[in-house]
Amino acid sequence: MSFDVTSVGAISVISLDFMVPIAMTAVGEIFAEKAGVVNIGLEGVMLTSAWFAVLIAWTVNDPYLGLIGGMAMGVAFGALHSVISVWLKGDQIISGVGINLFALGFVPFATFAVWHVSGVYPPVSFSFGRIAEISTPWAPLSYFVPMSVVIAILFWYVLYRTKWGFQIRATGENPEAADAVGIDVEKTRIIAVLIGSALAGLAGAYLSIDVVGQITKDISAGRGFIALATVVFSGWNPLVGLLGALVFGYSEGTATWLAGVPEVRSAIPHADYLLGAIPYIATLVVVAVAIGRSRPPKAVGIPYKRE
Amino acid sequence: MKASIPTGTSGLLSSVAESAFAAGVGFLASGILLAVLGKDPIKAFYYLFEGSFGSANNFTITLAYAAPLILTALTFAVGVRAGLFNIGAEGTLYVGATAAVAAGLIHLPFGIGLLFVLIAAGAAGAAWSIPAYLLKSYRGVNEVISTIMMNNIALFAMQFVVLNYLLDPARSDKSASIPVDSRFPTLLPPNLTVAIFFSALVCFGVYYYLWQTPGGYELRAVGLNPEAAKFSGISPRRPMLYAFLLGGITAGLAGAVEVAGTFTPFAIYTGLSNLVNFGFNGIGVALIGRNHPMAIVLAGIFLGALQAGASSVQIAGISFEIVEVIEGMIVFAIAAPQLYRMFRRRLK
Repeated sequence: MSFDVTSVGAISVISLDFMVPIAMTAVGEIFAEKAGVVNIGLEGVMLTSAWFAVLIAWTVNDPYLGLIGGMAMGVAFGALHSVISVWLKGDQIISGVGINLFALGFVPFATFAVWHVSGVYPPVSFSFGRIAEISTPWAPLSYFVPMSVVIAILFWYVLYRTKWGFQIRATGENPEAADAVGIDVEKTRIIAVLIGSALAGLAGAYLSIDVVGQITKDISAGRGFIALATVVFSGWNPLVGLLGALVFGYSEGTATWLAGVPEVRSAIPHADYLLGAIPYIATLVVVAVAIGRSRPPKAVGIPYKRE
Repeated sequence: MKASIPTGTSGLLSSVAESAFAAGVGFLASGILLAVLGKDPIKAFYYLFEGSFGSANNFTITLAYAAPLILTALTFAVGVRAGLFNIGAEGTLYVGATAAVAAGLIHLPFGIGLLFVLIAAGAAGAAWSIPAYLLKSYRGVNEVISTIMMNNIALFAMQFVVLNYLLDPARSDKSASIPVDSRFPTLLPPNLTVAIFFSALVCFGVYYYLWQTPGGYELRAVGLNPEAAKFSGISPRRPMLYAFLLGGITAGLAGAVEVAGTFTPFAIYTGLSNLVNFGFNGIGVALIGRNHPMAIVLAGIFLGALQAGASSVQIAGISFEIVEVIEGMIVFAIAAPQLYRMFRRRLK
C-alpha cells in the first residue's frame, strides 16, 4: 500500500467533502440550541431536503434552484418544529423523533410516487457534475468547503459579537430574564430555529445535488446525528464545531479511501462494511473524551411559558 | 417527557383519547399528502384496512408485524420510565437477530433450540446496550447520540458478520435459516406463530418488573425525579444500568422474534432488509402506547396493522413506506398535547 503525499491529498479532498454537511448542520443547530430549542430531527431534515432539492433541480433543470429548494424545505421543517415546540409548547425531543420517522418514510414513498422508481433517483447521477470546483492537484474541491468555513465564522460572530447574538444566547440561558428586559423569547427562538434548519436543509441539498448527484433513501447516513454529536463536542461554539466537523470528515474520508485500497480489500473480505463503522466509532470516542468541559445552554429543550 | 406519562385512571383515559386524536391527525395529514401527490387517499386507506384486518389471514400478518414492534417499543418505554431517551433498539435488534441466526447454526432438539436462540439474542442485546450506559454514567454522553451511533455501528458490523460468517451456502442473498426446531412453533400457517404471545408475555413481565418490584420502583423513581430519588437514598446508576440492560434484552429478543418467529425464510437478508426500521417504528409504538407496557401491546398491533396494510397498499401504486409517513404525523400530534387540548376546548 502506498501512503504518501498523493494519498494524503486524496483523503483530504474526500474528507473536506464529508466535513461540509456536518459543519453546516452543526453550526445551524448550535444557533438554534443557543436560543433554547434542540432538534434531534436534523437527520430527517437533511434527508427530506436532499429529496426536495433533487425534485426541484430535476423539474427546472437547474442545480442552483435545487439547492435553494433544499434550503426552503429546511425552513419548512424549522417552521413545523417551531410550531410544535415554541408555539404549542410541545416536547422538542418527540417532535424531532416525528421528523425523523416522517423522513424515513417520506423519501422512499415520495420518490416512488413522483418517479415510479424505488429508493434511488435519478438511476444515473445527474449530468450537472460538481456545482463549482476549485482545482487541486488531487481532485476538485467544492466551493462549499470554504463556504462552510465562512458560515462558521459568521455565525460565531453573530452569536458572540452582536446585540442580536446576545439576545439569542440570553433566550437560551435564561428566558425569564430575557423576557423581563423586553426580548421577545418566542420570536427569537422561532427565527433561530428557522435559520438553523435552513442550514441543515442546505447540507442535505449539498449531499444530493453536489456530492452524490442523486437522491437515495439513506443519503444522510446518520450525518444529522453526527452533527448533533458535533454540537456537544463544540461546547456550543461554531468555530470549535467546524473543527469537530473536520475531525468527523477525516474519519469518514479515511474510511472511504481505505475501502478503495486493493490490499485492504483482499486482506479482509467485505472490509468496506467494517470500515463503514469507523466514523460512528470515532464520534463516540471523540465525544466521550471531549465532553468534560461542555455545558449546554441552561434552558435548552424547555418550552418557555410566561407566568 | 413527563406529559406523556399517564397518572391515575382519568389520566389514562385522556391518554387514550390523546393517542386516538393523534392517530386521527396522522391519517388526516397523510390523506392530504397523498392527495397532493396525486394518489387517492380513500383507496389507500381502504387497502390499508383490507390488508390488515380484511381476513383472518391478513390479521395474522398484522400480528406477525406487531410481535417485534412490541418488543422494540419496550426498549424505548423502559428508557423513558428511567428518564432516558434510548433510541438504540434499531441497532440492538440487528445484533439480536444476528446472534439468533448464529445460535441457530447449532442444531438442538425442539424447545431447547428456541430457548438457546432466545438466550443468545437477549444476551447479545444486553451486551450491545452496555457502551451507552458506560458513556452516560461515567462520561455524561447523552444517550440519544450514543445509541444512534451504536445503531449505525451495528448496521455495518452485523452486515460484515452475516456476509463473512453466516451466509447461506446455497444462496448469496440471505443468511443461513434458523432450523425448524429452533423456531417459534406455528399456530396457524403460514403467519401466526407463538411469537406474538411471547411478545405480549414479555410486556407483562416488564410491567410486573416496573410496578411490582423494588427494582422497578427505583427505576421509575429515578425517571420521575432524579433529585428526589437521590434524597431518598436511590443512587441513579443501578436503575440506569438496569434500564439499558432491559431495553437491550427486549430489542435483542425482537431480533430473535423477527428471524425465528415471523416470515419465511427465517433468516437475515443481506442489507438487513427484513430488519430495518423495526427499531425506529418501535419508538412510534411506545409513544402511541404512552410508554405503558400493556398499552404497547395494542399500539404494536395498530402499527403492525399499518405495516401489513402497507403491503396491499402497493396495489394502489403507493410504496410500503407510507407507514412511517403516517406514523411520523401521529408522533407530531403526540409531541404537542396542546393541540388536543385546543381541539377539545373547541368541541365544548
